Amino acid sequence: MTVLGNLALWVAFLVGIWGALTGFMGGLLGRADLQQSARHAVFAMCAALLTAVFALEWALFHHDFNVEYVAAYTSRNLPIFYTWSALYAGQKGSLLFWASVLSVFGSLALTFTSRRHAPLLPYVAGVVCAVAAFFVTVMLFAANPFARLAFTPLDGNGLNPQLQNPGMVFHPPMLYLGYISMTIPYAFAMAALLSRRLDTDWLVAIRKWTLVSWLFLSIGLLLGMWWAYVELGWGGYWAWDPVENAALLPWLTMTAFLHSVMIQEKRGMLKKWNLALVIGSWLLSVMGTFITRSGVISSVHSFTQSPVGYYFLVFLILAAAASFTLYARRLPLLDAEARLESMVSREASFLFNNLLLVGIAFSVLWGTLFPILSELVQGTKVTVGPPFFNQVNIPLGLALLALTGIGPLIAWRRASLPNLKRQFAVPLTTGGFVGLILLVGGMRDGWALMAIALAGFVAATVGQEFARGARARHRQYGEPYALALARLVGRNRRRYGGYIVHTGILILFVAFAGMAFKTETQVTLRPGERATIRSPYGWTYRLTHLGISQYDALNRQVTAATLEVERDGKRLGVMTTEKRQHVDGLGRPTFQPSTEVGIRSDLREDLYIVLGGVVNGTEQAVFRFTINPLVWWVWYGGVVLVLGGLVVMWPGGGSPAVRRVQAGYAVRLVGKQ
Amino acid sequence: MMADCTRREFFGWLGGLASTALYRPLPPSTTQDSLPGTGPSGKLWDPSRAGRPLPPVTARDNDAAIQAIEKQLKCTCGCNQDVYTCRTTDFNCTTSPAMHQRVLQLADRGKTAQAIIDQFVRENGVQILMAPPKRGFNLAGYFLPSALILAAAAVLVLALRRWARAAAATPAPPAPPATPASPAALDATAAELEQLRRELDRLPG
Repeated sequence: MTVLGNLALWVAFLVGIWGALTGFMGGLLGRADLQQSARHAVFAMCAALLTAVFALEWALFHHDFNVEYVAAYTSRNLPIFYTWSALYAGQKGSLLFWASVLSVFGSLALTFTSRRHAPLLPYVAGVVCAVAAFFVTVMLFAANPFARLAFTPLDGNGLNPQLQNPGMVFHPPMLYLGYISMTIPYAFAMAALLSRRLDTDWLVAIRKWTLVSWLFLSIGLLLGMWWAYVELGWGGYWAWDPVENAALLPWLTMTAFLHSVMIQEKRGMLKKWNLALVIGSWLLSVMGTFITRSGVISSVHSFTQSPVGYYFLVFLILAAAASFTLYARRLPLLDAEARLESMVSREASFLFNNLLLVGIAFSVLWGTLFPILSELVQGTKVTVGPPFFNQVNIPLGLALLALTGIGPLIAWRRASLPNLKRQFAVPLTTGGFVGLILLVGGMRDGWALMAIALAGFVAATVGQEFARGARARHRQYGEPYALALARLVGRNRRRYGGYIVHTGILILFVAFAGMAFKTETQVTLRPGERATIRSPYGWTYRLTHLGISQYDALNRQVTAATLEVERDGKRLGVMTTEKRQHVDGLGRPTFQPSTEVGIRSDLREDLYIVLGGVVNGTEQAVFRFTINPLVWWVWYGGVVLVLGGLVVMWPGGGSPAVRRVQAGYAVRLVGKQ
Repeated sequence: MMADCTRREFFGWLGGLASTALYRPLPPSTTQDSLPGTGPSGKLWDPSRAGRPLPPVTARDNDAAIQAIEKQLKCTCGCNQDVYTCRTTDFNCTTSPAMHQRVLQLADRGKTAQAIIDQFVRENGVQILMAPPKRGFNLAGYFLPSALILAAAAVLVLALRRWARAAAATPAPPAPPATPASPAALDATAAELEQLRRELDRLPG
């Protein structure tokens, strides 16, 4: 099967180069035969790469430990679920995953894009082939997943225990799908630049792709947070790790694009900015993959250690240079069709929103790269950890939250003072009231108080928008309010789906604020002994150590501590936390013992229990008890955010009559300039 | 009696005698399991499965002042976490417990929190801190993003004012006719459309 895999990679490589050449040449020369050949090349490359994926999965499932990748990431006793996900557990496999999913997305884009955008498609095929060919090149010359060992081990190393978690099965592919799908909007942007078709047509072609990409990135980030929380055992979900930051960067710039593209669609403005955002987001997504796989941030010398680092660096520089050179040459064609008329307008608020989103992205990138810069400038390595990122980004994040509420309240073009008064009265009062209640209630953490008060303001904004819309429908059609609300969302999915996303964001901010009140303590308990801890809500938890049991399970040896939990004298149940020693098929330990956290969640707080270890080989155990307020709301806010994204993406929206009237409304607005 | 027994019965009897003679009760420590609350010693069946043996927690391990110091110091084991987080998360690490002991030792000598941190910086360099000190080039790290955002916001405000003035000075072109769509093509009456237009005009966006 490795022969088939290698053969498939070579076919993909050659077809990719052919597709890139014929795509660009076919587009520039207007030759239909070359254009058709490029289109076929994308499909052929897709078939070749899927064959390579099949070959690697075959080797994984058949425990072909002579294949170095299979021996490095699996063992005979690894559950099937994780054997499948070993495809992207290592660098070589994830490169194959990247290239093959890109070729699938490219094929879908070429198949389902409207014929209206046909002049762009040869260039799209060319870009997809060029990018996929790059990944195949890295595999063939630096990180071949089908490389064989000189010997065949009896069993493999197995998968890192921390990766043996359902969150880790879905988190990496979701992030990768987000990164990879961003190539399609980038390909359309380059196609628009190359073909000089720089009206809003290319934006229509990429609308769904940008949403798909943003949605996958959002899900990937949320799953990553969940995995970190339940698996790593440090009691948090975001540590400003370089790899986490790398995933956040394109999400921030894509979010900025999803806002600013509305201005281009409605007013024909911000063409240059939108193109720059699409190109920048894609470059950041490639950089994210590079950071994830090269380890460049943790050590500035890893370029010299990893040939893959060199490949990615060269590719990033070449892609950035080519993209921005082309962009600069087309700037004269990107003049706005209209101008902003007032500082107090929806357009202006979107501009400030973009400024903050891109500013936060820059701030995160700056912090992530600062250790390298510091070593270059000062000759001294510095550590840039959570204290730095929190200090720099919390004020910016709160300003962004405020704009999340302000933006939808301001009218397009120009807002009048009476309009502003009418729009802001309820949200401002609500925000102030929430802040006052928290202050009177004894909350003294300034940032947390501001975050929750601003969330109250944004919640009132969203509520007001839904209430006014539903009331308008009720008056117009006499529909009951519930039906009016459902139809309001159903017929204007983009706008009200966006508000649902805003709701998810405000819930997330409130949940983040909850972590300001996290409490934790370490205790040593013998069986029968109990510890008492107090939660930020004033509850008293009593945890009784019932004892430790040891048993074998599947591919691990488990040491499980059991505790009985009471809150304010009421028994809540029994919780278990484990130490797991993973073993291979021959019973040999594979990795250091890992910790399995015990978590009890409710709407207000999580009780988070970690078994640190045992004293002198006895049942006397060291525990860490953590109480994390409002963590459940992180996952709930994430679900709301994703649902909002799905509402925005859902096809259709409104009867043809309403859409025509709304189109007329937009035309009239543009016409008034 | 033995003379009329079969060979099978003889060997069975002999085996039983031998096993009785050889029987020795196993020491209690090897027969105990680790079921909750059982066994005189409370020993685990296989302590090596439970990770590195740990010392009992002391009151000072939970001292908020000590934790605050340790949250500013980076563990040097390569985990990228602070000393407190590492020693209470990665229980296999031996570096963070050693650094914790060093912090306790310095605190016992009466050193202040800042003096302890300074001592770590002297011994390990500035990278031992979880965030760079606010001096020299590091100030750029802290303030450049905010400064750039403020500068960009100022430029944006100036540009917006200029555009707004320019827009005010330019007379608005006559409004184009409404979307060319005959009422027959729409599945709503003209009166309904007019009402909907009014409703849309009243909405902010």
